[in-house]
Amino acid sequence: MFDWPTFVFSLPLLGKALLITLQTSLLGNAFGFVIAILISSMQLAKMPLLRRLGGSYIFIFRGVPLLVQLLVIYYLAPMLGLPNLSPMVAAVLALSLCSGAYIAEILRGGLMAIPPGQREAAHLLGMSRPAILLRIELPQAVQSTLPSLVNELVLLIKASALVSVVGLADLTRVAQNLAASDYLFFQHYLVLAGIYCLINIPLTMFGRRLERHLQRSLA
Amino acid sequence: MTFDLTIITANAGAIWNAFLVTIYTWLAGSALGIVAGLVIAALMLFGGRPLQLLLRGVIELVRGTPFLVILFLVYYGGPAFGVRLGAVTAGVLCIAGYSSVYFAEIFRSGFAAVPRGQLEAGECLGLSRFDLLWRVQLPQMLVLILPAIVNMLTILCKETAVLSIITVPELTAVLTGIGTRTFTFIETLLVLCIAYLLLIEITSRAGRWLERRVGTYLQR
Repeated sequence: MFDWPTFVFSLPLLGKALLITLQTSLLGNAFGFVIAILISSMQLAKMPLLRRLGGSYIFIFRGVPLLVQLLVIYYLAPMLGLPNLSPMVAAVLALSLCSGAYIAEILRGGLMAIPPGQREAAHLLGMSRPAILLRIELPQAVQSTLPSLVNELVLLIKASALVSVVGLADLTRVAQNLAASDYLFFQHYLVLAGIYCLINIPLTMFGRRLERHLQRSLA
Repeated sequence: MTFDLTIITANAGAIWNAFLVTIYTWLAGSALGIVAGLVIAALMLFGGRPLQLLLRGVIELVRGTPFLVILFLVYYGGPAFGVRLGAVTAGVLCIAGYSSVYFAEIFRSGFAAVPRGQLEAGECLGLSRFDLLWRVQLPQMLVLILPAIVNMLTILCKETAVLSIITVPELTAVLTGIGTRTFTFIETLLVLCIAYLLLIEITSRAGRWLERRVGTYLQR
C-alpha cells in the first residue's frame, strides 16, 4: 500500500516545498501583524471615520474566503495596471491582508484590556500617542494575547495550503504534482497531511502551554 | 478596463444554481458535522480512557491538517480503497468530518461549563446518564456555546469556496469559470465577494438575534 522508495525519493522535494510554505506563512503573519497594529489602533481611535475604516477592513477581509481574496489579487492586479505579481508576492500579500484582519481583532481585545490609567500617565509624562501605543500598550497586549496569536499562526499555516492555487510551489502544490506523476494520490496526500500535522500539532501544544502559563501568572 | 454587469444577468440561472450548491454543501456539511461533533463529545465524556485518548488523537490530527488536504485525501485518495465519491458528496462529507472535531471541542467546553453540582443533584434524583446529558446539560450549554457555533458556521461557509478546487460547481467555481471564459474578472469577482459577505453577515446577525432570544433567562 505504502511505496517506501517513492516516499524517500519525494522527501527532498517536499523539504524544499516546506521551506516555501513556512516562508509564505511566516511572512504573511509578520506583515499581517503590522497591518493588524494599524487596523486595531484605527478601531480604537476617537475619530468616527477611522473607526469606520478599521471596521470595514475587518468586515471585508473576514467576510470573504481567503481563496476568493487570492483569486481577486491574482486576477485583478494585472487589470488594475499593476505589473504581473509573482505567485510568491500574490500569496504573501493575500495572507497578510487576511491575517491582518484576524490578528487585529485579537489585538483589539488585548488593547482594550489595558487600564486607561496607564495611557493617561504616559501622556502626562509627555509621551506621544504612537510611542504610547508601541512602547506601553502593544507589548502588554501581545503578552496577554500570545496564545491566540500562536493559534492564528497555526490557522495561517493551514490556510497557506490555498496558495497552491496561484501556482506557488508550496507543500500542497508539490504533493499534487508528485501525485499526478505516479497516481499514488492517497500516499502523497497522507504524507502531506503528516507534514502539516508535524508543524501544527507542536505549535498548538505550545500555544496551550502558553495559555496555562498565562493563566497561572495572572491568577 | 470595462465594467459590464450584463455578464452576470446573462448567467443568472447558472449563478443561482451555484449559490444553491454553496448553501447545500455548507448547511448539509455543518448539520452532519454538528451531529458527529456531539457524538464525539459525548463519547469523550462517557467513554473509557483508551477511547478518550484515541478520539483526542484524531481531533489533533484533523485540526493540524488543512481543509484542502483533507479534501484531496478523500476525493483523490479514496479511490485507492474503492471509495469513489462524487465531488459534491465528497465536499459535504469533508466539511462534516472537518467541522465535527471543532464542534466536538465546542460541545466539550459546553459540557464542562455546566456546574458539577447540577449533575450530582440530577444523579440523586435518579436521572440516567443519557437524561442528564439530554435534559440537564444540553439545554443549558446550547445557550452558552451558541456564539462559538455561529462563528464556526461562518468559517465553514467560507470553507465551501475551497470545494471549487475539486470541481464542485459552487459559487467560486462557477463565477471564476465565467470570469476566465469571458475575461470579466472584475464583475464576477465582485459579485462573488458580495455574495459571501452577505451570507456571512446574515449568519452572524441571525446568530446575534438568536443569542439575545435564548440568552434572556441566562444567569450571568
